[in-house]
Amino acid sequence: MANYSTNEFKAGLKIMQDGEPCAIVENEMVKPGKGQAFNRVKIRKLISGKVVEKTFKSGDSVEGADVMDVDLAYLYNDGEFWHFMNNETFEQIAADEKAVGDAVKWLVEQDTCTITLWDGNPITVAPPNFVELEITETDPGLKGDTAGTGGKPATLITGAVVRVPLFVQIGEVIKVDTRTGEYVSRVQK
Amino acid sequence: MSTCHAFKSNDEALTMQRSNAWQPSATMDVLRQRAALLAAIREFFAARDVLEVDTPLLGQFAVTDVHLDNLRTQISGAAQPYFLQTSPEYAMKRLLSAGSGSIYQLGKVFRDDELSSRHNPEFTMLEWYRLDFTAAQLMQEINELMQYVSDAPAAVSISYQQLFIDQLGVDPLADDAVGQLRDALSSYSSLADLVHREDDRDLLLDLAMATVIEPQLNPKQPTFVTHYPVSQAALAQVNPEDPRTALRFELFYGGLELANGYQELTDAGEQQLRFERDNQRRNSSGKLKAVPDVRLLAALEQGLPDCSGVALGVDRLLMVLLNQSEIEKVLPFAIDRA
Repeated sequence: MANYSTNEFKAGLKIMQDGEPCAIVENEMVKPGKGQAFNRVKIRKLISGKVVEKTFKSGDSVEGADVMDVDLAYLYNDGEFWHFMNNETFEQIAADEKAVGDAVKWLVEQDTCTITLWDGNPITVAPPNFVELEITETDPGLKGDTAGTGGKPATLITGAVVRVPLFVQIGEVIKVDTRTGEYVSRVQK
Repeated sequence: MSTCHAFKSNDEALTMQRSNAWQPSATMDVLRQRAALLAAIREFFAARDVLEVDTPLLGQFAVTDVHLDNLRTQISGAAQPYFLQTSPEYAMKRLLSAGSGSIYQLGKVFRDDELSSRHNPEFTMLEWYRLDFTAAQLMQEINELMQYVSDAPAAVSISYQQLFIDQLGVDPLADDAVGQLRDALSSYSSLADLVHREDDRDLLLDLAMATVIEPQLNPKQPTFVTHYPVSQAALAQVNPEDPRTALRFELFYGGLELANGYQELTDAGEQQLRFERDNQRRNSSGKLKAVPDVRLLAALEQGLPDCSGVALGVDRLLMVLLNQSEIEKVLPFAIDRA
């Protein structure tokens, strides 16, 4: 993998730090007028998700990280791995529990997920922004509440729990924003 | 910390070209205040009989400073390259040696590799030299200029050494300064990796100044930091009372480094030595050597009168006066719209 000089630093660049692939979030040069320049960089560690600050001497080089995002369709879980497929090449990739992380509660078969690969191996799985899931359990609640105020918890087929309006019932399919975990609407079957 | 965004990504850049990249970076109101500041500066010096000069921005010689880089250009038919000046210092000192008396220059300078929310590669510098002024007298005049163009409170002064002792518990002039700096700086998680790799005293001093000390200075209080370590003397005289320091000072205000000044070195032999030392350091850090400006050296041999001089970043002063955190907001067109 190529090395990057600090003057190539910009948001989104993938570099290796502390043995982990990282993405640059922010990059700012500081320099005493007559002195050495430094790059103060905020980086997000792509495996742990932690955001840390690092400082580099301007002009220094840093090892790049071979990281790429691919869009793959979710197939199934075999108990240990979650399997995804490229719908054009039919190539399959298996992600472990660590890579799937919290995305597990939003995985719907055939939905397209964004998988981040480091040296070809999945390190994170991002579900689509919106998914449609069936409600398996919720309090029957009161009929007639159509304003959607108040709400109640509902368990979805994947095990995720979201707050839904009182009128939404077991067996219905709802649309959820996976970035916030919030109910969006009912889906007509 | 704000993101450097002077150069946008390709998509953003294309969008800008279609939409508003022809428009100024600053508002018309800011540009009127900019014009008023430039006018006030000229009034200030006219009232004091300091002569305005405008020396060439294209020069045959580059600066030797280890941490400054000239932009370089070519003139048709000229055998040698020309360099856009990083400051008018060398040419102004030749005028002083030729008997100009006290002079000031208010104009553009250029620096390569300097781009951030506080740096534009082309910026406006006010540089002036006062005959027979000590560094202390020049700092007093800078204070008076600040009062003239703004309602800034009177500046305070602190020595570089005292500032490091107060803010970091490190004596920058001690024999074991490197060890003290490494201990103090490695407790900052964002600096620890770098500190672990570096043992150059000036690099560690610069790192401490830029990332720890400068951000702690009171932004509402103009502050002179005086008596820089002699290793960072640049073109200042060595302090006769403590040769570990030089008669160099800087002014900080509004969270920005605004000005850098010296009681000027007048000794041609010493100047030649500093050029050579600079070039050795440039060489060891992989930079091209700069041909020393022999015309400056000849002028110093002829005799530079005793004087103090200072360079002040006018765009940054305007940023402070107008409470702007990004330099592009005070420029007619920042580099991404130039």
